Amino acid sequence: MSLSLEQSPTTGDEVITNYTINFGPQHPAAHGVLRMVMELDGEIIERIDPHVGLLHRGTEKLIEHKTYLQALPYFDRLDYCSPLGMEHSYVLAVEKLLNIEVPLRAQYLRVLFAELTRICNHMLNLGSHVMDVGAMTPNLWLFEIREDCLNFFERASGARMHSAWFRPGGVHQDVPLKLLTDIADWIDERLFPLFEDAMSLVVDNRIFKQRNVDIAIVSKEDALRWGFSGPMIRGSGIPWDLRKSQPYDVYDRMDFAVPVGTNGDCYDRFMVRVEEVRQSARIMKQCIAQMPEGPIASTDRKVVPPKRAEMKQSMEALIHHFKLYTEGFHVPAGEVYVATESPKGEFGVYLISDGSNKPYRCKIRPTAFSHLQAMDFMSVGHMLPDVTAIIGAIDVVFGECDR
Amino acid sequence: MTVLHSAPRWSSNEGVKDALAASLGAMLVKADEEHGEILLTVARDSVADALRLLRDEHEYQQLMDIAGVDYPSRAERFDVCYCLLSVTRNHRVIVKVSTDEATPVPTVTTLWPNAGWYEREVYDMFGVLFAGNSDLRRILTDYGFQGHPFRKDFPLTGYVELRYSEEDKRVVYEPVQLAQDLRQFDFMSPWEGADYVLPGDEKAATPPPAPAPVATKPDTKGDAKADVPKTTDSKADTGAGEKANAEAAKPVSDSTATGGTVAGQGQGEPVPVKTDADAPDAPEPTEARPAKKPRAKKTADTDGATEPADKPKRTRAKKTDGEGA
Repeated sequence: MSLSLEQSPTTGDEVITNYTINFGPQHPAAHGVLRMVMELDGEIIERIDPHVGLLHRGTEKLIEHKTYLQALPYFDRLDYCSPLGMEHSYVLAVEKLLNIEVPLRAQYLRVLFAELTRICNHMLNLGSHVMDVGAMTPNLWLFEIREDCLNFFERASGARMHSAWFRPGGVHQDVPLKLLTDIADWIDERLFPLFEDAMSLVVDNRIFKQRNVDIAIVSKEDALRWGFSGPMIRGSGIPWDLRKSQPYDVYDRMDFAVPVGTNGDCYDRFMVRVEEVRQSARIMKQCIAQMPEGPIASTDRKVVPPKRAEMKQSMEALIHHFKLYTEGFHVPAGEVYVATESPKGEFGVYLISDGSNKPYRCKIRPTAFSHLQAMDFMSVGHMLPDVTAIIGAIDVVFGECDR
Repeated sequence: MTVLHSAPRWSSNEGVKDALAASLGAMLVKADEEHGEILLTVARDSVADALRLLRDEHEYQQLMDIAGVDYPSRAERFDVCYCLLSVTRNHRVIVKVSTDEATPVPTVTTLWPNAGWYEREVYDMFGVLFAGNSDLRRILTDYGFQGHPFRKDFPLTGYVELRYSEEDKRVVYEPVQLAQDLRQFDFMSPWEGADYVLPGDEKAATPPPAPAPVATKPDTKGDAKADVPKTTDSKADTGAGEKANAEAAKPVSDSTATGGTVAGQGQGEPVPVKTDADAPDAPEPTEARPAKKPRAKKTADTDGATEPADKPKRTRAKKTDGEGA
């Protein structure tokens, strides 16, 4: 951090100077490359100007130059803490333009893994939030769970983080039965003991509460005006969850509760995420119990490539395979805005197609953009150390914010 | 159309378009409903009023996103799309306005405080101006960036690349140099829509030559033509026909005209239509700072890692004593 003095108006004989300090871009509590220019009066924050874009990679421009299938892995790299949540919005947007039916098993698999992603994401966020305000142990325990989640992703897709497993029309590969039973066992035998142990250290902890309760209170009206979504809007007491209100895939068949906060502070946002982990585990169990047998991707051969074995026998399958992996499929002209409940909030994809095999424009609506923008209004009047708690409760990842 | 997809299902669109259209009245230019989305195009000057009406009277409380879109072939080339969400009616609409490089769009920061960053992003990426936004700085691109990268006529590679210069002890910008051309494939079938010339196409275009006169002079001794060896000194000698000659005369990789394709390999990108406005200027490469003193001491010789091989080596004297001893 660099310090510089700034002259400001005087009161009486004493010269009062405001500090302008530079927080980040390399700061362990910035959760990435966030630079904030802060104006401080002593230790009280007067103004915050977040500078984002240090991780801007031009994803949307790159997507315009790729086919629809080639564009998919870019979504893993947006919010690299919850890759499948990002893919979910994109594949649904493409499917909405194509108006293609997705088999039931694929929908269940997507919901199952989207919820596993949510747990995975919250483990990182809860852990780092706790660590930002001073506790060490829970973070290490939560990373155990995260490691297990990544292993499950690896068993399903072959990749620990950047899965590229959801595809327009379904998922890429079916999962073995053993993986499903292992996940079911893991929820009971490992997730709950570890998670509840870690949380028992935190949620009633005096120091943790002192650092979070009554910090950055956001009213319902402000949450709406600032475009909040996800745990941020629920922390403020609005029961708004896209999985409930605008269900996609098989979320309408799931029985789960939407936790809301009462006070709208950082502690509420934290506790909303804690409860979401338990609800996600509930959804996953229902998915595993209800999941039918059947195909895992649409049988529309103009969109979904055939199985590899079929390719060895059938000329037509070979042609389809070749065409889909070189030219790709064509998407009818039109535009859609599809938003799903990603672990961090509403993650939207505004997809414009001109009827060719490449998106004409793919605007990504990141969750963090609205939340980080409210940083100034949430932090003013708080102390400098509260900033880390506020950023932690926003749950910001810069791959997604800067795109 | 029956809905087969499993994308998010919000409350019914039935009658919403007509109700909103009636409410917007003269402010509305066009109302569409396609793919389950309601798209309202409104007049540019009244966009703030239209959005205020939607927010206050139709309960679209949240502004979720503002997206810019570039259609270079149109007179007003930019679309600015506002994605609205109603949490009480559980519904979404998209409101669009069009504009060009010079005409500002009225700001909506007065309606939603979070519009500020979204408008900054559209300005940064497309150069669309927003009248009334007091903080229209760039947001996502680098400090000092020039141009608007998401315009369709901005190349994917950009104009500058940066590297750390050991000489200047800082990061310098240089004009972008590609080791190979950026490859674009269009995968269009030549039977369906490709408009480039394939070998053999010229036969269809030029009429078949008149049949040779039959048995005029079987003895061609003394015919000068027969003795001239066949060469292809110019493009016209290839025998490919006029159409192919015209095609071959075109410059090979005029990236602005063909969207960066290599001639003969198709024209994958829509050819950007030149508008009256200036193309985004390529920024100057960073100048060297001769006034800057060289660093007093060097920790390691990292020249090899950061300096291009073809650059002349630094002239600063190097200690060679002791080496090889």
